[in-house]
Amino acid sequence: MPPNDILLSVRGLTTRFFTEEGVSYAVEDVSFDLPRGRTVALVGESGCGKTVTALSILRLVPDPPGRLVAGAVLMDSADLVKLPEAAMREVRGNRISMVFQEPMTSLNPVFTIGDQIAEAVTLHKRAGRAEALAQTVAMLRKVGIPDPEARVREYPHQMSGGMRQRAMIAMALVCGPQLVIADEPTTALDVTIQAQILDLLRGLQEEIGMSILLITHDLGVVAEMAHHVAVMYAGRIVEQADVLELFDNPLHPYTVGLFRSRPTLEHKGPLAAIPGQVPSPLAIPSGCPFHPRCPLSDGVKCVHERPPLEPKKEGRTPAHAAACWHAGRVAELRTRQEALYPS
Amino acid sequence: MIAAPPNPPREEVLLEVRDLRTHFPVRRGLLGRTVGHVRAVDGISFTLGRGKTLGLVGESGCGKTTAGRTILRLIPATSGDVRFEGQDVFALPAGALRRLREHMQIIFQDPYGSLNPRMTIGGIIGEPLKIHGHARGRELERRVADLLDRVGLSPSYRNRYPHEFSGGQRQRIGIARALALEPRLIVCDEPVSALDVSIQAQILTLLEKLQAQLRLAYLFIAHDLAVVSHISNDVAVMYLGKIVEKAPSDRLYENPLHPYTKCLMSAIPKSHPATPRQRLVPKGEVPSAMRPPPGCPFHPRCPWAFDRCPAEVPALRPAAGEADHLVSCHLYH
Repeated sequence: MPPNDILLSVRGLTTRFFTEEGVSYAVEDVSFDLPRGRTVALVGESGCGKTVTALSILRLVPDPPGRLVAGAVLMDSADLVKLPEAAMREVRGNRISMVFQEPMTSLNPVFTIGDQIAEAVTLHKRAGRAEALAQTVAMLRKVGIPDPEARVREYPHQMSGGMRQRAMIAMALVCGPQLVIADEPTTALDVTIQAQILDLLRGLQEEIGMSILLITHDLGVVAEMAHHVAVMYAGRIVEQADVLELFDNPLHPYTVGLFRSRPTLEHKGPLAAIPGQVPSPLAIPSGCPFHPRCPLSDGVKCVHERPPLEPKKEGRTPAHAAACWHAGRVAELRTRQEALYPS
Repeated sequence: MIAAPPNPPREEVLLEVRDLRTHFPVRRGLLGRTVGHVRAVDGISFTLGRGKTLGLVGESGCGKTTAGRTILRLIPATSGDVRFEGQDVFALPAGALRRLREHMQIIFQDPYGSLNPRMTIGGIIGEPLKIHGHARGRELERRVADLLDRVGLSPSYRNRYPHEFSGGQRQRIGIARALALEPRLIVCDEPVSALDVSIQAQILTLLEKLQAQLRLAYLFIAHDLAVVSHISNDVAVMYLGKIVEKAPSDRLYENPLHPYTKCLMSAIPKSHPATPRQRLVPKGEVPSAMRPPPGCPFHPRCPWAFDRCPAEVPALRPAAGEADHLVSCHLYH
């Protein structure tokens, strides 16, 4: 049973897709804890399994072809994986809600913003129409939509991208969920609007105290938002740590590669691109899935034996875990001056 | 050491843009009457030196993409002047324009959307060489193999189709096609924004390598200030169709002057969790380019606006003591 400060505990989650081309190993043996009132970021590139992890928690993976093969999602002494579908519907949108990347495609274009948000309240809180509308207006005000009494009557296309994402957040929060899963919530937005949305989410978390599972490819967004980070590669968590520890002391070569391939305003030197590309989930390499791209690969153990995700003595916090046979040599990659990965 | 002159000598100027405007008519109603104009590009000027990179950065709708396409004459200009190696691009007759296009190429954000799915990679890359009559037969095959090799793809890929490649590889194919005619300028329109960060770094590194080898000039259009300032010598910041600030990229980062640039920079997610956050959020949202505000286009959102700002359009002029750092803001002039 998870300790009291843990809201949700994912254990050994494994989701595969059984397709005509073969088995797609989308999420393999993923475990992490989500503390109450905190933000955990799942970070990785396209196809690493971060979105499928989130959909698996909500049991929204399309079946077939997808199937939750193994694992548990523990929340308030219940395993969401084993819950009957009716009970799961009570969880979705009520105790766990979701904010998507593209608000335009996740809002229904033929209903007003107000109707869509109020629907969640009438459904989950069994409130009357007037009560639901009042809560909707209050929530829209809370997410910074000006003149909410008038905006409830608008349709999604009448709003700007930033306002639509605020409306999505209002919809996600109106039932007072304990957990919000935000899947690339700002990726489609301009940078000044992104900053407003991130500030809003952070402020709401301080006020309401919900946990956030943030799915992102952007280490800058991680730095802005997260308390804890799990880095995913080829369906697995390859490193996890508190955010400061991860940024100051990354222990997986892939994490170092992500940092060193990211242009920032402060850093002017050449970028160190990771060679090759992310493997297809239909053909995950043997051993360590990163070995074909890794400058530390020994060509033997790395190719044949899968490194477990475990705490490392090089970590400065006990919670810092990495899945690498050569974590002790990763520090040299961080400081190596010449191009880390020849292009 | 002698400080570099602010403007490259005459023969080193590759592209010269003067007061360029691109306005699109907005038509409404049954008769399609023109009810107004979107001022997508509204009077921009800059020069780009041979082998150099100028970054054009701004948020959606600021006019950066339209500017790039107008310069290549893919969209007709409303007014203004573009000179490429001294030739007036807008005055050229069709035949001369075609010859000029060999030297001015473009790569796009979505490499998949710009590659014909029914053509092989070899066909796509070789097409410009065939159309412009530069190579055929064996020679064509050799040139295609060279181009694939140059962008880091195996020449054995030439018989495959675009769908067999990843996003990063498709962008390499787009770059190989752009290189086929040995251009001197490539307009790069958000070339890495659809790519994952590890692949983005590969493409940026490739573009830098090709520039050094071939002395290419890039007009690098993107919304990501970190990416733009990484690859560019100079960066121009656009807002509502105008360049509001232009400077060497490290100067722009060290000392942004225009209030909009300051807002843009403060909005970039911090690079380390312990960095203090100093947000400067512009008021409201970007106004419509059909009815840009009078005076300075940024004044309704600017934290420092004063009585001159709505009354007078600020000119893009050098800031005090910095000849190559241009800003259009009444706070400085």
